[in-house]
Amino acid sequence: MASRRFSEPGALQPVDLADATSDFDSPDAPRKNRLDAPIRGPKLGPFEFLRWGWRVLTSMRTAIILMVLLAFASIPGSLVPQRSSDPNGVIVFRNADPELFAVYDSFQLFDTFSSVWFSSIYVLLFVSLIGCILPRSLHHWRILRAEPAESPDNWTRLPFRRDELATGGVGAALSRAESSLRRARYRVVRDGSGIRAEFGYLRETGNLVFHIALVVILVTLVVTGGYGWNGQRVIVEGQTFTNQLASFDTFNPGAWFSEAQLEPYGVSLRSFTAGYNQRSPDDPWVPIDFTAELTVTDDNGTSDATLKVNEPLAVGNSQMYLLGNGYAPIITVRDPDGVVVFEQPVVFLSQDSNLTSVGVVKVPDGLSEQVGMQGFFYPSAVELDSGALASNNPEPTNPAVTFNIYTGDLGLDSGQTANVFQLPTEDLTLIAGRNTGVDVVLTPGDVFTLPDGLGSVEFSGLRRFIGVEIRHDATQSGVAFGAFFAIAGLLASLGTRRRRVWIRVAGSGRTPKLEWGGMARGDDPRLEVVLDKLVERSRPIEPDKLGTK
Amino acid sequence: MNYDLESISLVSTYSAMAVYALSFILFTVDLAGRAATEGQSKPTRWLRAAMALLTLGWLVHVVAVVTRAISANRVPWANMYEFGLTATAVLVAVFLGVTFWRDIRYVGAFISGFALLALGIVTVNFYVTVVPLPPALQGYWLIIHVCVAVLSTGFFATGAALSAAQLLQESREEGKLQGHSWRFLSAFPSSAELEALAYRILVIGFVFWTFTLVAGAIWAQRAWGRYWGWDTKEVWTFIIWTLFAGYIHARATRGWRGRPAAILSLIGFGAVVFNYSIVNIFFKGLHAYSGL
Ligand code: HEM
Repeated sequence: MASRRFSEPGALQPVDLADATSDFDSPDAPRKNRLDAPIRGPKLGPFEFLRWGWRVLTSMRTAIILMVLLAFASIPGSLVPQRSSDPNGVIVFRNADPELFAVYDSFQLFDTFSSVWFSSIYVLLFVSLIGCILPRSLHHWRILRAEPAESPDNWTRLPFRRDELATGGVGAALSRAESSLRRARYRVVRDGSGIRAEFGYLRETGNLVFHIALVVILVTLVVTGGYGWNGQRVIVEGQTFTNQLASFDTFNPGAWFSEAQLEPYGVSLRSFTAGYNQRSPDDPWVPIDFTAELTVTDDNGTSDATLKVNEPLAVGNSQMYLLGNGYAPIITVRDPDGVVVFEQPVVFLSQDSNLTSVGVVKVPDGLSEQVGMQGFFYPSAVELDSGALASNNPEPTNPAVTFNIYTGDLGLDSGQTANVFQLPTEDLTLIAGRNTGVDVVLTPGDVFTLPDGLGSVEFSGLRRFIGVEIRHDATQSGVAFGAFFAIAGLLASLGTRRRRVWIRVAGSGRTPKLEWGGMARGDDPRLEVVLDKLVERSRPIEPDKLGTK
Repeated sequence: MNYDLESISLVSTYSAMAVYALSFILFTVDLAGRAATEGQSKPTRWLRAAMALLTLGWLVHVVAVVTRAISANRVPWANMYEFGLTATAVLVAVFLGVTFWRDIRYVGAFISGFALLALGIVTVNFYVTVVPLPPALQGYWLIIHVCVAVLSTGFFATGAALSAAQLLQESREEGKLQGHSWRFLSAFPSSAELEALAYRILVIGFVFWTFTLVAGAIWAQRAWGRYWGWDTKEVWTFIIWTLFAGYIHARATRGWRGRPAAILSLIGFGAVVFNYSIVNIFFKGLHAYSGL
């Protein structure tokens, strides 16, 4: 087998390629000489020690070990909830087992990918990579400008050899060979006695481009990562979001974020529609489409836009993503004289695939007492055998809200930021709702009169809301650029074979011959086929063949 | 949606499994036969029959994939069952394709056995009826992402089969595996040839996996607003990528060629299988398939 011969110990190695491998091990290296070149400990002073350390770090052995280590170091990131991707899971973990949590946390297991141990592995790997790239690039630069190598002394060891009659004279035959090599994109040098040619510089070029692109990706992440920010916001139909810090429900700035980065614009939600599908009456409803119709107002004026799940909207210097949706029943609360003290769509968070949702209404002012209401919303309410309500469809075919209504101090004046989705009921008095004998079940238009002449509550309308995330990610273009070149380099490198061809004149008198010799670097099962084709193309075109063409 | 086609698909799946089982038996009969003759004999008619059955099984398998796709009116890899169904079809296709280029029929037992096992597991454990795609799983980046993931899985599996054969062969060449039952290895090429072959196949798998990673990042960017978030699935995609990058370097390093490189390739394939099975079932993450 042709491919076998090259990997055998002692296979012919051209001088410059052998040299090129001084900083990394060559694929042509013999398979079984693990003990040939052990890395020896330093014998001398600190300078030698540093040099030795650098050599070890930038050796490919170390790179492999670091890669395997990196792979294994990532595993905890998939086993243990991560603060970055699953903050809720971290909280659940802590509540479930505080002691184990503390142990894990001391090992930074909840922050695997920013942990000291994970970071040191990839920093070392990239230092090794850069230490590998620099000398190779320098070397490759020289090779790119050098001429193809001299022919080897011992032709008998070349894996490819052919003798050809120099039809039409040595000069003409060499010229034909030269032009066929050039057409095959070899770099060719013709000197008095013959030709040397080389092909496949793209292999190393592509390889270097690939590795440099990896460095570009990492540097981009480090340098531009801090400028990113993201924020989340719930927008109810009819409402407008303006892009400023105070408008976000939650906001996560990068390390170097400044508020000036937020470009002024406004987005209002005109309507939201969801499409659902059910395979058969017993199967669950499956969402098939979510579409939000928006109106965007920015420097360029006002325009309509559509936001879908996989189709983010570019606004200002950021992207808006549709991440969630749900119902916001409009709740109106009046005092005993019928004066409206509260009227707004209240966001209810969905709990299941049929959008049974929970929400909270807080009415701190306007009534004789503060009133808090815990509510359930059912888009398609049905009564279960137990008497409880449930929703059997995510669409609003029979919307209903139920409330548990409390009075007492809602704790809104204490200065602490209260969670709008929670109503701490320990210190409150339940005045209506479950287990009070007075159930509060409202369909649109229904009014419930509060006990003790407190006032009334009306389910006065229904809106939908969307949850959006707005993000500015400064790393995107750099990473995309790096990834593109990484792939291009990879394909170029892996798709290219390095081959060398030499031609010399042999034979004499009336029958001069051209001797072809060729070799490849690395496994190259197609060497023979490809070079034979070259030899064939270098033959003179026979007149009868011309005729038949 | 078309329920008749859906049941045709399921019936085809079971038929393909039955044919694969037969072909697996014939592949092992062939290996055993060659062991008996100290591997001197040429490939037997058992081998040709096994290949014919494998091809037939594959055709039936393709019918299962296509009818499933038509009945769902979308790509056939939206849940674990469909992914497994399609990925094994591609795996067998890769193997059959490679045999046009090189005679690697000697790992046929591994491939048919693996396909049978994988198909059996997904059909018995993860079968779900056709449901439409939820919005997050729509879009052509998903198609590209999963398509290349499936393809690279096929190459990784074929490469792993060759690496495993290489390990055995290397031990045999060192005189460690001598007994009667190992004689079939003499029907295999030398460990150096097996290694060269495994490398070329795994490198293709690696390129596809790089595409998988990038296409997945683009999809994540559109669906969730960030291209990379160390979600469980992303972590494992990265682990697999890094392991095979390590393999490529090991192959190019003195002292790491041969056995250590082959072991790395098997670890890499182990991670691929783990990623598909355990991670999908037990790990929580954004990629969790609806209804498995
Ligand atoms: C960040 C970690 C690294 C990754 C992900 C990586 C990835 C790769 C890949 C995919 C290839 C094959 C593609 C090609 O030939 O262009 C490759 C080849 C190569 N890498 Fe790396 N590499 C890394 C670090 C390093 C380091 C630190 C060194 C030097 C010590 C190195 C030296 C090489 C060499 C010499 C080859 C050519 C191997 C051959 O000819 O088969 N790489 N690398």
